Amino acid sequence: MQARQISVFLENREGRLEEITGILAMEKVNIRALSLADTSDFGILRLIVNDPDKAIAILRREHFTVRENEVITVEIEDHPGGLHDILAVLGKAGISIEYMYGFFERKNQDKALMVIRVESAAKAIKCLQDAGMHLLRAEEVYTL
Amino acid sequence: MEARAVKYENEYLSPDALQALQLKRLVQVSRHVYDHVPHYRTVFDKVGIQPGDIRSLKDFQKLPFTDKETLRQHYPFGMFAVPMNRIQEIHASSGTTGKPTVVAYTSGDLKIWSEVMARSILCTGGTKEDLVQNAYGYGLFTGGLGVHYGAIEMGAAVVPMSSGMSKRQLQLMQDFGTTILTCTPSYSIYLAEQAREMGLDPRKSTLKIGILGAEPWSEGMRREIEAAWDIKAYDIYGLSEIIGPGVAVECRGQNGLHIWADHFLPEVVDPATGKPVAEGKDGMLVITTLSKEATPFLRYATKDIVSITHAPCPACGRTSPRISRIKGRTDDMLIIRGVNVFPSQIETVLLNIEEIAPHYQLVVSREGALDELEVQVEVEEKLFSDEIRVLEALEHRIRKEIEAVLGIQVRVKLVEPRSITRSEGKAKRVIDTRKI
Repeated sequence: MQARQISVFLENREGRLEEITGILAMEKVNIRALSLADTSDFGILRLIVNDPDKAIAILRREHFTVRENEVITVEIEDHPGGLHDILAVLGKAGISIEYMYGFFERKNQDKALMVIRVESAAKAIKCLQDAGMHLLRAEEVYTL
Repeated sequence: MEARAVKYENEYLSPDALQALQLKRLVQVSRHVYDHVPHYRTVFDKVGIQPGDIRSLKDFQKLPFTDKETLRQHYPFGMFAVPMNRIQEIHASSGTTGKPTVVAYTSGDLKIWSEVMARSILCTGGTKEDLVQNAYGYGLFTGGLGVHYGAIEMGAAVVPMSSGMSKRQLQLMQDFGTTILTCTPSYSIYLAEQAREMGLDPRKSTLKIGILGAEPWSEGMRREIEAAWDIKAYDIYGLSEIIGPGVAVECRGQNGLHIWADHFLPEVVDPATGKPVAEGKDGMLVITTLSKEATPFLRYATKDIVSITHAPCPACGRTSPRISRIKGRTDDMLIIRGVNVFPSQIETVLLNIEEIAPHYQLVVSREGALDELEVQVEVEEKLFSDEIRVLEALEHRIRKEIEAVLGIQVRVKLVEPRSITRSEGKAKRVIDTRKI
């Protein structure tokens, strides 16, 4: 149920992000979703791509520090309160979110997608499904 | 020529008389360590000479050097040459790999320390009328107490300020009418800047003399300091292994530091071969303590690069040999805000944190008047987390542990792998951008 997410360590330097997107573009890796978290010194780029194995191999070859994590992708209604419904389910179950980021689905214009990283993934998945939320399978995420 | 202080006639001995005194004391100290320090007994026996065989400096130069590593191997008290009931004071400075370098003083040693430091203050023109504001750190670091003892010995008044608290330093300097300031050269520049920020004109202060040391500085810095304060700034040299501050100091000629050669026998050697270099040529300063009882060291390798002259001083008439300013180091020791820092200390901390050898680089810069040390650590996959707070916690932990070892504030910056310059496969550990 969880998709593979690639995290890359980046120094806050001009042009660094562009280098990564350039490398991935050249190798024809398609980025499905991304978020960038940063401090004044460094940042962490989180990526979901169509071919995680290839992306990791390429980035390691280029000497980037790469880490792989699993994340939950949940579909939400694109209307006010849509995100709140999900957070309420997780909050009620006492599951804390480490980070999350959202993006839109190309095929299904009235839905939004949230990528969520939690400490206890199995528990979160069960809670969300019990509440009738739609979670995307990994393959669905890669081929969005 | 200034009046000769009868008490310190050893500063004016003829070359022959000085050599005779040094040789006599050399045999005495050799006997003392041979009898009481197992390490030195082994050294003498290995070389195949006895203390009584020493008839010239040449005989003595058969002995190997003592260095920080020797002291580390005998940590903490293995180099002590007297029993603990004769020890009065113990100091420690940073070692290269975590274990500090320990030195001790008997009551006789404290008298010598007071004497050489008093002679140092007198040599710069200080008198018992002076008020000495001592802004060297008091504590395990020998700078604070050494200057303190010397000021008392020569009859001046001493204000034991220790380092830091700049506004208070300036307030008291103004209120008390301080005439001599003792601190690191960079701190004296910082204080002048602080004074101007407080609306004071440092040139109008009562200060006459700065006795500055514990870090390398240049003629350019001297001119800057002298202009900023309208004072005379003198270079003082010392190291805890030899006694602390008061080993050598400039006189009003400001042309080399008079080393108190009746207590400290200087040699200048080629660091590669260990052989003496010609007078006036650069080499490593090696010092033998001629009169210390608790921790006497024979041929201590200071790792400082200097040259030496035995020519009588044209400015003050003293015949004590003069060493140049410290021109560099034979090892990778850095002096940051007066504190000795070895890259290996930081490496040890990093190894303890992750049990891997991370790639790191030290960037030393001078921001305003004060040194800044930035420790850059490459984020390997083992260290990497996809959460900001985990990486920030790692940065914080590295910083705290380094600060605990070094005793100075540092900045830690996580950097990408391979961003640290490697030359011929070997990482360049230190980038020093200070323009001293």
